[in-house]
Amino acid sequence: MTIPPVPPAFYLVLSGILFTIGVIGALTRRNAIVVFMCIELMLNSVNLSFITFSRFLQSIEGVLFAFFVIAVAAAEASVGLAIFVMLYRSRETINVDEVNLLKW
Amino acid sequence: MMDTVGTILQWLIFLGMAFTSILASVLLITRKNPIHSALFLVLNFLCVAVIYLLLYSQFIAIIQVLVYAGAIVMLIVFVIMLLDLEEELRSRFRLFYSKVIGSALAVLFLFGLIYGLVATSPTGKTGGYTAEKMSANVKAVGEALFTQYLFPFEVVSILLVAAIIGAVILSKKKLS
Repeated sequence: MTIPPVPPAFYLVLSGILFTIGVIGALTRRNAIVVFMCIELMLNSVNLSFITFSRFLQSIEGVLFAFFVIAVAAAEASVGLAIFVMLYRSRETINVDEVNLLKW
Repeated sequence: MMDTVGTILQWLIFLGMAFTSILASVLLITRKNPIHSALFLVLNFLCVAVIYLLLYSQFIAIIQVLVYAGAIVMLIVFVIMLLDLEEELRSRFRLFYSKVIGSALAVLFLFGLIYGLVATSPTGKTGGYTAEKMSANVKAVGEALFTQYLFPFEVVSILLVAAIIGAVILSKKKLS
């Protein structure tokens, strides 16, 4: 009896589940920092599917894409958190329901 | 015999890390305290880093621990500590129809994704990076990054410089 190795579909399903949890969190939470963390979770799950395809299609491009996604996430984190600090300074809150000046 | 033991270990590590990461992400979106959410985010990132190791991507696993679990979450924790979020803890949970509808659509999206995976197997032309070549992952990544993908690499470095300048200007006390 031989046991097959973990098939790629399992990794992709895990990536999809993590992405869905991130979407639900970003839609339901009202604290801007928690919404931001959920977006990081979604970026990370997409990275997981990139790496999975890179492994099972035997190509290096997925790894490079994951590297670029991480670099963009770092840039996004620095600017986004600076925006939160500025928002808190002017509005005394980071609840996304109370920051609705641009909403029609 | 050794292959069977290796495969069983691979399954055990994969299932353990998958369940831990799903549990950590569910706890992330349900905890009231943002600090707890940030710590569960670290747990989730570490589990995904172990899964990267299972996929022969040591470079991305190390970058994940350094940049995501180290730098980004540390920044988030610092900002949470800078801001006084007491009123967020006290605000009660209100359920809106928009949230329920949005979550239902997200779950529907997940079912569509799983159906797509089950119905068709992922196809594509396989490249030359076999498991033996991928075990020298860092060297392969470096070679591809500094020859074929040099231009995107430079663009990313410009993007990072722009982000640093933007963060400094946004955090200044007065915009003059």
